[in-house]
Amino acid sequence: MATLKTKAIQPSTGTNVNLGTSGDAVLLSSDSIQTNLYKDAGGNTIFQSDGAGTLSNVNSAMSGAGPKLITSTTAPAGTSSISFTSGLGDYDHLMFVFTEIQHSNDDRFLSFQVSTDGGSSYGIAMTSTFFYANHMWSWSNAATLGYDTSRDLANSTSYQKLTQSSDNGGTITGANASGIMHLFGCASTTYVKQWYARVGNIYYIQGVYDNFIAGYVNTTSAVNAINFKPDSNTFKGTIKMYGIA
Amino acid sequence: MTSILKANSIEPEGATTTITIGETGQNVVIGADSIKNNVMKDAGGNAIFTSNGSGVLSGVNAGFGSAQVLISTTTVSTAVANISFTSGIDSTYKEYVFEYITLNPATDSVELQFQVSSDGGSSYGMNTTSTYFRAYHTPDNSAALVGYTTGRDVANSTAFVPMGFDLGNDADQAASGVLHIFNPSSTTYVKHYYGRISMQQDSDAAFDGYVGGYINVGATAINAVRFKMSSGNINAGTIKMYGIK
Repeated sequence: MATLKTKAIQPSTGTNVNLGTSGDAVLLSSDSIQTNLYKDAGGNTIFQSDGAGTLSNVNSAMSGAGPKLITSTTAPAGTSSISFTSGLGDYDHLMFVFTEIQHSNDDRFLSFQVSTDGGSSYGIAMTSTFFYANHMWSWSNAATLGYDTSRDLANSTSYQKLTQSSDNGGTITGANASGIMHLFGCASTTYVKQWYARVGNIYYIQGVYDNFIAGYVNTTSAVNAINFKPDSNTFKGTIKMYGIA
Repeated sequence: MTSILKANSIEPEGATTTITIGETGQNVVIGADSIKNNVMKDAGGNAIFTSNGSGVLSGVNAGFGSAQVLISTTTVSTAVANISFTSGIDSTYKEYVFEYITLNPATDSVELQFQVSSDGGSSYGMNTTSTYFRAYHTPDNSAALVGYTTGRDVANSTAFVPMGFDLGNDADQAASGVLHIFNPSSTTYVKHYYGRISMQQDSDAAFDGYVGGYINVGATAINAVRFKMSSGNINAGTIKMYGIK
């Protein structure tokens, strides 16, 4: 029989319909194939859709090793902080990308702290470095590379500053802070957790800062939450957390 | 035409090996729980991916995944003298990224170093010139600075290149960071590299180190990279090598 016309094919017994045997090809000349769950012949899931186009359980060979977006939070004006309280232990390298962080008030700093209790409390001791290049293009025309001893931490549970004093848009229209922070080994119960960041911000009296911040979280407990906030008042902007496999 | 065909197995007719389902303009809907097969091809017969039946994919179409491809991972659980990458460094990628996560040395106060090879790892020691600057801050606030470190750069030397120094070997001390190497397979240009390290020194100081330079071999391709401590073994840690498309 060359062509069989039917609207449905179902198992005559059991729950499987086998198309072809080893060495055969099943050719779909139709426009598409529609299914939610794709497995290999051994029954291992290659990928799964929820029927609305959202995939899960994607085989790692298909998902790639590049930064995978875990969570994205866009905070409206008036937000007091942004926290990430899940997924930190799933990757040994996390990347946080800050974009368009703008404070409600002038002369404010973006800062962060971490938690070992899922975000119930933030305040793990950290030691850090903070240096910068700046160019006060309008104020004094100074340009400096320097260390800032007032922005680093010495085994302190305080929040770590990631910027210098920022313009809230009142002086330079559109002023904001943007940058990237990397955090390593959150799930480790052996080592302290290293991190480093580079964040640019507009100084509150007209100038630009390129900030280089690094340090370690001085705990051998797993870090499972992180909180970003202004040193006071509120802010808005977007922070995305990525995992790198 | 029958509405529902019930069968447990459908095979090609006679000596043919292809079953064709549907025609252009039609859709094939898999109402079953899943579709299972090992080789997925497009209508032109080009393999999209192939599974070995155990969930391990090969031949994954380049359209999947990200531009960052994990080439190999080395995790140290028993102390080793070095971690070397002797395969996978070729003209496939113009940029290679090495991420090291919580490297713990066996010996106190050592440098984390790297060198490269043009003979597949039989020997390491290509001439390189580098820069080095760092910031550090002690947890007792006794010292904090940023500056160039002439003792850690190399001047057209075949020595191993320092990436961080005075690394502590306490049970919880470690180093994490990244090294980028550009176009190692070039036989025309010298090869540029740069890296950043965040680590805990033997004094418990937070340390943020920056290395940059070039491998002074224009006519020779680089095909292996080695990481080691200036003295003693690498106790534990992970280094991943990525290629950037």
